[in-house]
Amino acid sequence: MNRISIDPITRLEGHGRIEIFLDDQGDVANAYFQVPELRGFEHFCIGRLAEDMPVITSRICGVCPEAHHMASAKALDALFGVDPPPAGRVIRELVYSAFYVSDHTTHFYALGGPDFIVGPDAPPSERNIFGVVRKVGVEIGKAVIDCRKRNHHAIEMLGGRGIHPVAGVPGGWSRAVTEPERMELLEIARKNIDFALFSLQVFHDIVLSNPAHAELLTSDLFLHRTYYMGMVDDQNRANFYDGMIRIVGPDGVELVKYDANAYLEHIAEHVEPWTYLKFPFLRKTGWKGFVDGSDSGVYCASPLARLNVSDRMATPKAQGHFERFYEAFGCKRVNGRCQPVHHRLATHWARLIEMLYASERMLELAEDPVLTSPEVRRIPEKIVGIGIGCVEAPRGTLTHHYESDERGVLTRVNLVVGTTNNHAPISMSIRRAAEGLIKRGVVATDGLLNRIEMAFRLYDPCLSCATHALPGRMPLVVNVRSAEGELLRTLKRDA
Amino acid sequence: MFREHTKVDKPLLSMYWAASCGGCEISLLNLHEKILEIDAHFDLVFCPCLVDTKKAGVEALPDRGIAVTLFNGAVRTEENREMARLLRHKSQVLVAYGSCAYEGCMPALSNLSTASEHMRTIYIESPSLDNPTRATPAPGTPVAEGELRLPEFFDRVQTLEQVTDVDYFIPGCPPEPRQLSNVVDLLLRGAPLPPKGSVLGAGRSTVCDECTRKKQDKIIGGFHRTFELIPDPDQCLLEQGLICMGIATRDGCGGLCPKVNMPCTGCYGAPEGVQDQGAKMVASLGSILDLGRAKGGPSGQDRIDAILDAIPDCAGTFYKYSLAHSILKGKMG
Repeated sequence: MNRISIDPITRLEGHGRIEIFLDDQGDVANAYFQVPELRGFEHFCIGRLAEDMPVITSRICGVCPEAHHMASAKALDALFGVDPPPAGRVIRELVYSAFYVSDHTTHFYALGGPDFIVGPDAPPSERNIFGVVRKVGVEIGKAVIDCRKRNHHAIEMLGGRGIHPVAGVPGGWSRAVTEPERMELLEIARKNIDFALFSLQVFHDIVLSNPAHAELLTSDLFLHRTYYMGMVDDQNRANFYDGMIRIVGPDGVELVKYDANAYLEHIAEHVEPWTYLKFPFLRKTGWKGFVDGSDSGVYCASPLARLNVSDRMATPKAQGHFERFYEAFGCKRVNGRCQPVHHRLATHWARLIEMLYASERMLELAEDPVLTSPEVRRIPEKIVGIGIGCVEAPRGTLTHHYESDERGVLTRVNLVVGTTNNHAPISMSIRRAAEGLIKRGVVATDGLLNRIEMAFRLYDPCLSCATHALPGRMPLVVNVRSAEGELLRTLKRDA
Repeated sequence: MFREHTKVDKPLLSMYWAASCGGCEISLLNLHEKILEIDAHFDLVFCPCLVDTKKAGVEALPDRGIAVTLFNGAVRTEENREMARLLRHKSQVLVAYGSCAYEGCMPALSNLSTASEHMRTIYIESPSLDNPTRATPAPGTPVAEGELRLPEFFDRVQTLEQVTDVDYFIPGCPPEPRQLSNVVDLLLRGAPLPPKGSVLGAGRSTVCDECTRKKQDKIIGGFHRTFELIPDPDQCLLEQGLICMGIATRDGCGGLCPKVNMPCTGCYGAPEGVQDQGAKMVASLGSILDLGRAKGGPSGQDRIDAILDAIPDCAGTFYKYSLAHSILKGKMG
């Protein structure tokens, strides 16, 4: 049996690996996505002070520290039995919205988007942010930098630091917002809305209007019918900061809607000895292996998943694009809501709709009169001893679960992070792409290798959370070996 | 120092992450337009975040072929150590960039227990597990089609300096972009670099020197946890009884955390000339405590116990970033 090692990261820093086994005919027998890295937060956080967790857990990921910071602050609200005052809550969600805009911008223009904007078969040296700028113009490149800059500025202004903010505390936020700051935040939010609308137009002009790209978007190569997970508000509209976790089946019918506190009833994690990362699945449906369908407990939590679980979007412009999205895929309405889109490459489009929603939401929050109230935190009066907090990280539902003794010293920490939810779907997407592309007698070209890479790139895997590798353009080196380990052929795709 | 190279080719620069969170790379991105200046003066030869050079490409470079390597992340696995040593051989100047590479950072709190204790918590005892076979990650796993391998998870987190020779240190979790910008300017000017072993991109004093809060040289009778009070926005946090690490932490960040009413947690490490940040902090606390004002019983011991009750996690409080670099380095034995 031959073996293909796609080592996008180990040859650089060793945080991710794909192993593809070929049968004697040269077809794919199996494919494994390995995560060979662990730092062990769930263990070394035991013994720490509960209130330190927003600062400690942000170090899980320097790309999305705000997600861990917020999930942690919410878990502490519960552990200390204290609800933030309205201003504390509004500031948290406003910071979180600014973060979402910045994060989704980075993915669309620098990471996932180049496959579409310059094309999956474009020369590798063009399939990156610089190629994007050449294609769409330097003005847009500048707009991308400006978008990152203004939102990081908002995060630093309100959170204390641009990376690893510190202002989240049990019962609220450590600092109030002034009126001049509100004016600045309003301006940032308005610019974000314009930029999100512009980005959707780019997607329409460059991807949807191009028959080849549109075909790829709807290709079976990147299709999986699984359960979907995401957070919704009391009207079943997507919300990133707060709400209930809703799971829908491959047919779009709601399976369950649960409060974060009940996550253990619904989520379990499977362990394989060949990877450090666990595989979450729906506990009641059960782990049936890496398979699609309603009998398999595999679920997806991503921008696409969040749209698929939502009845609608909470803001008007995002709702317009939400409707256009489901119409484009010909989705029928069942019980008043659209059936899910299963084409995983549509995640890129869903991400831009979310960017628009986050921008509109940021404006709503900045306009809220309560934003500038000086009462931003409440002092807890008890230690409950258990706290579970959930937010939607850009890459999926993020759950922090802490337990403490009567002094607030942690005795147990469990974390189910965004990308981890998608560990099984990513493995399946890679396998599907490999099976569809690597056939007996087929020469693995650069474009082919890139299409395998697209299978995991669409999930925007925040390997900083899972494996600590920043999502980025990864070089691929494919070594084809015989079963005895003899190197038969090496294929490289450089930038 | 590097200017001479530019006459022929641009000097090579590399940035690598080991066991890290990616925040150091983001700090580089947060230089914004300055990145273009770096690009104009250096050839970024290896940086998994931004360019696609492979490990093999680094191996193919001549020894000392890279002018400067900014190495971030701690040494957690066998592979982290291998990359640290490879980049040492290939670099004229190796910089421990950020708290993890400099002093271990938070993941070094792992040094209070063993690798097997981590495996048990994460893969056997975690409440969300469904792991009937009690499987844990293994160096080699036979599967139907062959064998899958994983790198070794060491018992102990080490700093970069503990596995190879380091020229300079840039502290911070992550380093503030403004400070990184200063270091970049230093390199671009081609000026002689400071003596080997120097800390770059930071001050030599303490965070207190750049904190704008008012100090009254107050003596206090005990400490509060951060969730217990809303501090006065203008007064020194330590003098309000919050354990603010600023007094034992190198300046350079600009006193960011106290500006939003949160105590410094020590991410820039010990000030110049101090080996052990935690020991320095404990010594400093001794000088502002007045046992006479402490709560507790009449005896001195009761009062000391009452003070210590407010600090239930000394390791995580005083060595949140610096355990691997400290004198103890972790749990003994």
